[in-house]
Order: sequence, then C-alpha cells, then structure tokens
Amino acid sequence: MVDISTSLSGVKLDNPVIPASGTFGFGYEFNDIYDINILGAISIKGTTKEPRFGNPTPRIAECTAGLINSIGLQNPGIDKVISEEIPKLRTIYRKPIISNISGFSIDEYVECCEKINAVKDVDIIEVNVSCPNVHKGGMSFGTLPENVEAVTKAVKKVTTKPIYIKLTPNVTDIVSIAKACEQGGADGISLINTSQGLRIDLKTKRPVIANKIGGFSGRAIFPIALKMVYQVYEAVKLPIMGIGGVSCAEDVIEMMLAGASAVQVGAENLVNPFACRDIINNLPQVMEKYKIKSLKDIIGEAHK
Amino acid sequence: MKKGIFTVLTNDKLTDSVYKMTLSGDTSAIERPGQFVNIELDGLYLRRPISVCDYEDGKLTIIYKVVGKGTEQMSGYDAGKKLDILTGLGNGYFTEFSGEKPLLIGGGVGVPPLYNLAKKLIAEGKTPTVIIGFNTASEIFYKNEFEDLGIRVLVATADGSFGVKGFVTDAIKEVEGYTHVYTCGPEPMLKAVYNATNTDGSYSFEERMGCGFGSCMGCSCKTKYGNKRICKDGPVLSKEEIIW
Repeated sequence: MVDISTSLSGVKLDNPVIPASGTFGFGYEFNDIYDINILGAISIKGTTKEPRFGNPTPRIAECTAGLINSIGLQNPGIDKVISEEIPKLRTIYRKPIISNISGFSIDEYVECCEKINAVKDVDIIEVNVSCPNVHKGGMSFGTLPENVEAVTKAVKKVTTKPIYIKLTPNVTDIVSIAKACEQGGADGISLINTSQGLRIDLKTKRPVIANKIGGFSGRAIFPIALKMVYQVYEAVKLPIMGIGGVSCAEDVIEMMLAGASAVQVGAENLVNPFACRDIINNLPQVMEKYKIKSLKDIIGEAHK
Repeated sequence: MKKGIFTVLTNDKLTDSVYKMTLSGDTSAIERPGQFVNIELDGLYLRRPISVCDYEDGKLTIIYKVVGKGTEQMSGYDAGKKLDILTGLGNGYFTEFSGEKPLLIGGGVGVPPLYNLAKKLIAEGKTPTVIIGFNTASEIFYKNEFEDLGIRVLVATADGSFGVKGFVTDAIKEVEGYTHVYTCGPEPMLKAVYNATNTDGSYSFEERMGCGFGSCMGCSCKTKYGNKRICKDGPVLSKEEIIW
C-alpha cells in the first residue's frame, strides 16, 4: 500500500489533488458525476467583495495544448458565497475547502478575508494577487514585491486561518515575489496563475476574446509552472500548492518532486470533467511504478 | 452528464458544408431534445459542442456545419472511428410547455435539434408545425425527414430559390393558432422570431464555450432571472427571461 496523503499548514489531505479555483465552480455540481469526497480539497470559485458578471463574451480561445480565458472573476460576491454557496457545498462534501479571494484594493482583500475567516467550513484562504490594483493605475498587485507584501500583511492581521498567496507568473522574478509573501507572514504559496496570452481570428482578423488578452492555461504551461515551483521551493520555507498544466498522476508526482506539498488541477477539468478522479485513481499505480511509498517523502526531492 | 466512447457509423454530406453523422454508444444521459454533446477531437484541446439531432437507445445522430478546424476534421472521419463524447449537456427543450399546436422554427444548423423535438411532440399527441429557413435552395436539408413525420413543413429561403421567399418570419405569417414557439438558429433570427411571434417560447442560444458543462463560466449571459451559463442553464432560455 502506498501513502498518497499530504498536508498544508496542518490541514490534512487524503491526497494532493485539488481542483483549481475557477475550473470547478463551487464544487457541488461535480457531485452529480462523481463523489467529490475523493478529492484532497477544493479551491472554490474566486470571490470578490461585490457580485461580478465578469467580462463580455467571447471569453474563451483555444490554443495548442491549452486555452485562453478572460472570465473576469464572475462570482456572486462574498456575502452570497458565505450564505449560499459554501453551505450548499458543505451539505454534500466533508473534506477541506479552500476559499479563493480576489480584490481590487487592499481594503477589499481585507474585508473579504475577514469575512471568510469567520466561516467555520473554510480551512484555507487562497489570496489571488493577480488582479489589477485600481488605486495604483491598474497594475496587478502580484507583479511588485512591495504590493504582495502589503496585501499579505494586511490580510494576516485580520485572519487566523492559513493564508496562501496565489502568484501570477507574469513577472520578471518570481523568487522576489515569493520572498515578499514570506516576509509578509504568508502561510503558503499557490503558483502559478494563468500566463497572459492572445489569439487572433484569421477570418475576422481581430482578437478572438472580447477583452483581447486573457490568461493562458492547460498542458502547455506545465513546464513553466514546474520551473517556478522549483525556484520558489529553493528560495522560501513555505509550503507550496503547485498549479499549472497538471493533467495526469505523473504530473502530480513531478510537481511534488519540484517542491509542491499539494497540486491543483485547473484547465484539465474543463476538457475532462473526471480529470481529478482519474488522477487520484491512477496515483497509486504510478507511485508503485516509480517506487514511491509515500508522497510526503518526495516533496522537493528533485533538489537533493 | 456521461462521458463515453462512441463509434462512428455513418458520416454523410447533406449539402456543400453540412454533414450528418450517426454514432453508436451509450445515450442514456440524454434526457430531452435540444441538449448537446461535446466531442473530443484528435489534437485539439477543447471539445466541440454539437446539438443532438436525434437519439434513441444506443444511437446518436448529429448534424454539423464545417466552420473551422474541428468540424473540418470531423467531416473526414470514417465509419469505425472512436470518439470520446460527453452526453446529456444543457437543459434542452421541455415538451411540457408546447400546448396542442407548437411551432418549431429553425435556421441553418439550428434546424437539427428540432427533429427529435418534433418526434417527441408527435408521440405525445401534439400537432407541431415546422418552419425551416436557409439562405438558398442548395443549403436545404432535413425537409424530407420532417415531412416523413407527417407534419406540416414550411421552407423559407432568403433568395426565394425555394418555398417562401424571405426569412422564417415571413413563413410565420402563414401559420395560425400556434400555442408555443420552439426555436434554434443564429441570434438575429432568434430576435426576429421573438418580435414576430406572440406566444411564449423556448429559444436555444449559441455561444463560444470552454467546458460545455458549467464550470468555466465562459459562456455566461444576463437574463431577467439572473446570470446564466448557456451550456448548463441553457442553451434554451424562455422567451420572458431573454435580454437582447
């Protein structure tokens, strides 16, 4: 018997597989097709202070081995997520819930994190710092170490649950951003969010997506994500949720060898709704093939 | 929703760019007409959503138009080809709303989902009338199949090369006493039907999708009853909730 369990800041996971925020809704709809209690945890749809419809359509463009999305954080707003969505998920799901929070100012992050911290059913708060900072000319919070540190410090002040900062890969030096998270008191790091991309329709000769540029994800970005997890693992002492292009059990193991304590599966859920189930089912046999007894033991092993 | 492997039985050209494919596989997840399937294609990342034209135990019929890389690839598939398909997607048409004399209106590749709907309505003892619209006579398909069901079929062509000259809305004038409208087609047609008819109706919309089962929020739209996902809460919206 192999051991596929892992943990994140004291939160025990039966296995490292977590559907990534934005690819799994609020989770409960997937229970119609398989028992979602087999998952390690669920990172629910990114939530903002106010309800958001999101961006105009088309919001999706296909790419080789991936897709570009520009959803624009469509969500019902923090109050409704707390009063309706999380309770609805909790009625059918007993495993850890990761709540993903976005904001357009430090005040919004603080307000949302404070509210979600009071929700007993939430185990980990994942703070997405890839959004534009409306008070600083719209530049993403996540692209400057001082902004990341400021957001981290501010949300840590009002929370007691583990705070994981979810980083954008669209930066020159991911290590300095990760160090800023550590400096700000983060409990862990999630990386990577989507990489920016563009597609142009040859028939109309215009961008496919209404918002033109979007976030590229899917199997194609796996090596980029793996590299960043590897670099960040070396630079900071925080646990990492590895995200980006994971599509099979082998990818999960590779991510953990690079330094991830748990692994999120994103775009793959959109092309195979059973992706997380299939990966979890395949993990033991792939571990046996590579003579791995316990996943916890291989975290960061590639660095030795 | 179910995921399963289907085998292509036939794949025939109906017009210059429209094909009919029949497949065998598990159709048990398909609950009603107007739903769609999402097909994985070789080397392409996203599945291709295609409406269900007809289904019965173990057999699926789809009709698709070649508009890009994916559908072009599909047009080359021979009998025996295996395809990974998600079935039972979308809400579909509810026959409960039809009344005695429902009117079915389809434009171009919006015509196929009305076929199984017509069969279901007839089986329930209703008397559907069908209007199908095309640009020109050479683009017409499924006229005979609808007529073989023993129902009234009106054809409109924009250039007048066959049937009523003009749009489906010109043919609507020839139908009296209909009790509900079921329609599928390009958005300008849906809007014209919306304005040209006076009963309630079920309108099937199209949008570029990511997943096809409600997870990515790629195909969201605003309705009078709140935000909806075309793939999961639609593709069929009721007339009273539509915001143009």
